[in-house]
Amino acid sequence: MERIYADRKYIIIGFFLLIGFFYLARLFYVQILVDKYILSANNNVLRYVTQYPARGLVFDRNGKLLVYNEAAYDLMVVPRQVKNPDTMALCHLIGIEKSEFISRLQKARNYSPYRSSIFEAQITRENYGYLEEMLFRFPGFFVQSRTLRKYTYPVAAHTFGYIGEAGPEMIAKNPYYRSGDYIGISGIEKSYEEILRGKKGMKIRMFDVLNRDKGSFRDGKYDTISMAGTDLYSSMDAELQAYGELLMTNKKGSIVAIEPQTGEILCVVSSPSYDPNLLAGNIRKKNYTMLLADSVYVPLFNRALMAMYPPGSTFKLIDALVGQQEGVLTPDTRYGCPGGFPIGNGKIVGCHPHPSPLDLIGSIQISCNSYFCRVFKSIIDSKSYLSVRQAYESWRKEVMSFGLGKKLGIDIPGELNGNIPTPTYYDKYHGKNRWRSMTIISLGIGQGEIGITPIQLANMAAVISNRGWYYSPHVIRAIGRNDSMNMAYNTKHHTLVDPAYFDVVIEGMANVITSGTGTIAKIDSLTMGGKTGTAQNPHGKNHSIFIAFAPVQNTKIAISVVCENAGYGATWAAPIASLMIEKYLNRTIKRKDLEERMINGNLINGKQPESERVQGNILPD
Amino acid sequence: MREYKGIFYRIDLVVVILYLTLVFIGWLNIYAAVFDESHNNIVDFSQKYGKQMIFIIAALFLAMGTLIIDPKFFSQFAWFIYGFVIFLLIIVIFSGREVAGSKGWFAIGGFGIQPAEFAKMATALALAKYLGSLDMSLTKFRNVVMASAIVLIPAVIVLLQHDTGSAIVFLALVIVLYRAGLTGLVPLAFIVLPGLGVLALLIPKVILVVVLLIVAGGFYFFSKRNLRTMVLISSIFMASAGFVFSVDYSVNHILEPHQRNRIHVLLGNDLDLKGAGYNVNQSLIAIGSGGVFGKGFLQGTQTKYNFVPEQSTDFIFCTVGEEWGFLGSSLLILLYVGLFVRIILMAERQRSRFSRFYGYGVASILFFHFAINIGMTLGLMPVIGIPLPFVSYGGSSLWAFTLLLFIFIRQDSSRFDLV
Repeated sequence: MERIYADRKYIIIGFFLLIGFFYLARLFYVQILVDKYILSANNNVLRYVTQYPARGLVFDRNGKLLVYNEAAYDLMVVPRQVKNPDTMALCHLIGIEKSEFISRLQKARNYSPYRSSIFEAQITRENYGYLEEMLFRFPGFFVQSRTLRKYTYPVAAHTFGYIGEAGPEMIAKNPYYRSGDYIGISGIEKSYEEILRGKKGMKIRMFDVLNRDKGSFRDGKYDTISMAGTDLYSSMDAELQAYGELLMTNKKGSIVAIEPQTGEILCVVSSPSYDPNLLAGNIRKKNYTMLLADSVYVPLFNRALMAMYPPGSTFKLIDALVGQQEGVLTPDTRYGCPGGFPIGNGKIVGCHPHPSPLDLIGSIQISCNSYFCRVFKSIIDSKSYLSVRQAYESWRKEVMSFGLGKKLGIDIPGELNGNIPTPTYYDKYHGKNRWRSMTIISLGIGQGEIGITPIQLANMAAVISNRGWYYSPHVIRAIGRNDSMNMAYNTKHHTLVDPAYFDVVIEGMANVITSGTGTIAKIDSLTMGGKTGTAQNPHGKNHSIFIAFAPVQNTKIAISVVCENAGYGATWAAPIASLMIEKYLNRTIKRKDLEERMINGNLINGKQPESERVQGNILPD
Repeated sequence: MREYKGIFYRIDLVVVILYLTLVFIGWLNIYAAVFDESHNNIVDFSQKYGKQMIFIIAALFLAMGTLIIDPKFFSQFAWFIYGFVIFLLIIVIFSGREVAGSKGWFAIGGFGIQPAEFAKMATALALAKYLGSLDMSLTKFRNVVMASAIVLIPAVIVLLQHDTGSAIVFLALVIVLYRAGLTGLVPLAFIVLPGLGVLALLIPKVILVVVLLIVAGGFYFFSKRNLRTMVLISSIFMASAGFVFSVDYSVNHILEPHQRNRIHVLLGNDLDLKGAGYNVNQSLIAIGSGGVFGKGFLQGTQTKYNFVPEQSTDFIFCTVGEEWGFLGSSLLILLYVGLFVRIILMAERQRSRFSRFYGYGVASILFFHFAINIGMTLGLMPVIGIPLPFVSYGGSSLWAFTLLLFIFIRQDSSRFDLV
């Protein structure tokens, strides 16, 4: 009987082996075939703590700090680790309602119960003090330090731009950015984003089941080190910028100043503006909405780059240069002015009373409309070309070689092309071969369809002072080291006008200041070339425009000033440009009365000041 | 002296080496499970690995002591030991300390002793003694009742201590009864019924009963078609069908809530990973994250940072799985299976029926612990808190298992003596 049952040992051993094999198979499945447990294990233990590098600083041309960082703190939450929070106490600490607390926690949980999300962004240093002491009471919450952008001077808001959290589109487009990361949204913060931001680092730390920090994972083998952003050395003169903004108080318009020899921008004023600190940190959203809603001042609009104006009489300088190049004009060419230039049908382009006839220098000095209508007519009707269209195309090409009607490639985002109308445009408007010089004669005095931005106007002044060349204007002259060079701006652009033709124009511009339409801009100790402009516009009063450069030899500054709806170029734009030049070259202002009058002039909602009547020596242009 | 030397000369080295290996693996993983930079001294007695080292040394002395006792002692005193342990089991209900909800511990000094651990050994001895009697045959119903009583009496008392896990272990001894001639239907029922229960909870009962009917019909068709088989098959079918319909009631009304949850977790009905399913989920995460080669000694994060509960006792296999990977945990399973097979082979070479049945008892108890414990950590068994033999932290269980095994090694070493 015993023997019969002895065979049962095989069944028993077989059963043992079967279970053993079954467990081995299960182990193979759990440990080798499936990945999810590794992910879960990492979710349990590892926390990825992003190391945000400090964003690069920005200095002005004199080494003054313009943009820097200040410490701020983000309160982070890992929803899964939040246990029985003392909700009211935490709400009180960061100043939110309980319902807000619940919705934020839910939002974070929806993103990920295991990973950290921002619960309250950019807590200031003072508030962080209290919070830090109490934080141990709130498991699942921790603080991550961030930096907040700060601006030393409340100026140049449009140029600096601002940073904000990277939006979903950017995150989808560029894998560098994660939710909650900051990115330059406008200004140089945007155009130099990759240089300023540096490189994020990542520390992997381990936490136990009670959320206690257990040190770095694998001794930091997988950590990456953050690299601080690179500093930028701006060509801007902070003092000049601030002074320009002061002068433009209560005026719409812009000032752009360029160092002609380098293309370095000394200041870009777009008025009305705002304090750049308003768009830094967690107050940005609120303030941005407020600024965006301001339809009277439109403070977010960067007029210096994005507003197009007819250049008015300042464009006569281009006529003078292109006319000489085309061989239809010499310094000795004289035209009489019977108070205007008839354009047919009894209409005339009016001109103000002045001695007649005038040569080229005199016509620039006095800004004779008739003279430059004739110059423009002779360019377009030139016998050198087979057709008006061909002559116009040649004219257009030469005009555009001054950097007009096309983007200059400035390192502030958003600049407009401006507009030098194409022949096709006139074909459409007037019909093919239905337009000739007299049809488009207003171009000759910078009116009509032509549109130039203030930065292009300033660059035009720089080109003339350089006698025919320019570097694209830019606000950042060096990256990383003060003595380096911004290699993106070392291409010299030449105009299609021979340098020899510039002297006479420059002489005319000097005469504008000494005894022409722009005498108000005269500075006793300096030589200066300038040109007034009064741009008609269908929406209201003329725009006051002035371009200038100084000194005439070895020029240090070229400038354009546009004051919208302010009247003649000499009324507002010329004195403001003159004060800017004085400020930049002499560092002090002697003409206190003029300065005060310009600062106090309110051209937006005040009455038009009496100054136009007071200043008897102002000539129309 | 010479006689003792003879004993040591004849002990089965394979089993002893397997035992020592398992104990060492256990200690190493307890060390890893509770490892903390601030307590890295391996003989820190305030830590579990320090204590376990004391337990191991004591266990080795216990093993030596067992080996020098006259082998006849255990068969002579089997009933006495059985009776004494039953006495202790009853005493402990009234005067014991409560640990984790079960009142099964005597507090002796700083350590707790759990009589239930030793009751398995005593029951195996008593059962071997009874089955070893010369006129014994399990074809007689009276004998089956008697043998079952020997197993069930301590099991019920342990159940009264609210230690369900330890009580279930006694059922493992059915393997001994099977080897002794009990009809194979009983152990088969032990395997089939839980499976049937699981199916009853997972698929519609009517379908299940129809399938059972078809299976029963098949058996009847292919066996000798007479009245006796028809009655047998019919009653088995009726019992199974009754079981199927009573499963819901049993689960919902007889089991305690935490046991019910564990069943649901096992079946995947309960996905609350923070509640009842937390243990098993964390256990699988720990083991699964080990991969092929494991994270390396002391590099486990899930166990070290306490994501896995009871990691040094019932869930010690998680540490093995996480730090030693598939290779290490497979090796451990192979060591266990090797141990069980070795014990069975040793049992078969016994001339004494007592020794043979005792050997089967040892293998059954160890195997049952192994299957439940590792099955639990792998999410294949419900969570039943019983230790992994020789590996889990704890003095009582280590000593009881050591005693259980070495009594058999002592019997085996004297197998050539005259019975």
